[in-house]
Amino acid sequence: MKRLASHLGNVVVLVVGLGVLFGLPALAETYLIINATIFAAFAILALSLALIWGYAGILCFGQAAFFGLGGYTYAVAAINFGETTSAAALAILLPTIFAALLGYFMFWGRISDVYLGVITLTVSLILYRFVNQTAGEQWNIGDAPLGGFNGIPATPILNWPGRPGDQLAPEDIFSLTVGLLLIAYFACKILLATRFGRIMVAIRENETRAELLGYDVRLYKLAIFMVGGALAALSGLLFANSVFVSPTMFSLPVSGQIIIWVIIGGLGTLIGPLVGCILMQVLTNQLGTLNQVKGFAWVDPNLVLGVLLVVFVLLVPRGLTGLATDAWRRLAGLARRPPPAAAQPVQERTSNP
Amino acid sequence: MSEPLLEARGLTMRFGGVVAVDRVDFALQEAELRCVIGPNGAGKSTFFKCLTGQLRPSAGDVLFRGTPIAGIGSHAIARLGVGIKTQVPNVFDGLSARDNVWTAAARVAPGRIAERRTDQAMERVGITGIAGRIVGQLAHGQRQLVELAMVIAPEPDLILLDEPAAGMTDEEVDRLVDLIRELNQRHALVVVEHDMQFIRRIARTVTVFHQGAVLIEGDVARILTDERVRDVYLGKQAA
Repeated sequence: MKRLASHLGNVVVLVVGLGVLFGLPALAETYLIINATIFAAFAILALSLALIWGYAGILCFGQAAFFGLGGYTYAVAAINFGETTSAAALAILLPTIFAALLGYFMFWGRISDVYLGVITLTVSLILYRFVNQTAGEQWNIGDAPLGGFNGIPATPILNWPGRPGDQLAPEDIFSLTVGLLLIAYFACKILLATRFGRIMVAIRENETRAELLGYDVRLYKLAIFMVGGALAALSGLLFANSVFVSPTMFSLPVSGQIIIWVIIGGLGTLIGPLVGCILMQVLTNQLGTLNQVKGFAWVDPNLVLGVLLVVFVLLVPRGLTGLATDAWRRLAGLARRPPPAAAQPVQERTSNP
Repeated sequence: MSEPLLEARGLTMRFGGVVAVDRVDFALQEAELRCVIGPNGAGKSTFFKCLTGQLRPSAGDVLFRGTPIAGIGSHAIARLGVGIKTQVPNVFDGLSARDNVWTAAARVAPGRIAERRTDQAMERVGITGIAGRIVGQLAHGQRQLVELAMVIAPEPDLILLDEPAAGMTDEEVDRLVDLIRELNQRHALVVVEHDMQFIRRIARTVTVFHQGAVLIEGDVARILTDERVRDVYLGKQAA
């Protein structure tokens, strides 16, 4: 029953994903497609935290650091190389190495959860401050000006591999982003079903026990932290292709937003944060246009998001996925006898990091 | 006598000014079953944590088959073939009982073999019936049994148990006693316990801790009638 439901879930995600991938370009106008590309890029960012916080118990408050590094590495490398394929590869590689270094010091230093959050947040804010003040020629890297507060508006768009100068159209960037989101989602699913993934979840449940069984917890955490960093970098690379890179990529609102997506969507699931991210993006956009309507000028999107977060933390701690499974169970309960309370699947538990 | 399986030499653990374990010498032979007893605060658990790598001793050595293991970390000690059960049950609360035991078996065996070892360990401990239950929702005694299954699933050469009988029903204790006897046919065991009833049922050689040091060591019948041991347990100062 449980297995059937999970297969059904995978099929639904795949169908919806493919539907968006092929349906939207045929129906929507270009500006909408670009918006949807940004949402999908952010969804990969949400996925990165969903994986490392929800399944490994690592509350990284600074996924924005890898997101921004991915974007900047891509922009700088693409400008210098004059073609984008190797720049894109570098944009994943460099932040992953950075995640490895940062993770090494944190996990081998036995930094506990709260401090880990503080350190990762601080790192992203240091990068924010640093990039913000890089105006002027002394901050050019090769041919690429870092541009300080303004970022790099001339961020090159991806070209087809092996054909420098032959840029992808916005529709192609959209397909690429949604396609990579789907691949990333199912790759995470598969990863969690492997021996590595199962042991990772066990480590989240009890680190001491995992150690006593002979697992080197530090190695496992470092590995998943690097995967999370790589995903965030991929998100930054795709974001750079639908907007352009600027220091806000490293900023506190971005870091905070990722956590809000995960909490509202449901910690300990992959689909929850993904859905949470897209819903929140749509909502922010709608609220942004709403305050241009007469009489609604007082509506501030950030205020609404804040209230929403408080409501979810207090009333719906398991997020949207928790709500959905409860509703599903109640529906199933109408058909059959109510299932015992003990049958709560692991994925729905809120881990306490 | 051959080289001991596990040996402590002058093991000392200080916390600030408090000496919790004071120059303890301890040797365990292959396939031996040793009980470590002592009143609360005697230093048993600190001694145990030094053996299992949870604490790095202030001074002295711990040797496993002649290899120094003091301070190398729990996971490295476990990899040498040491199964450890802590005083407070350490289990994976959010996982099913079977997934708990599988995590233990999967460290030493691949794929199918891990699955088979998981089932065997659960059968030996007698928890096959609760395989699908989430461990966080089990009774304390059952959680202890799940942890025990995790300890034996990798087939360690040495098993260290800290207060294994705590919180168990009489029936579960009976099963534990049988299990420890059965385990001892193939594995060496160190059992730290302060329940004397339980000790009487399983012990052959007993080490008594008092105020951080070894008070006396020897055959169980002799120890339990020893004047000093009685005084210690009744709270009188040993002479």
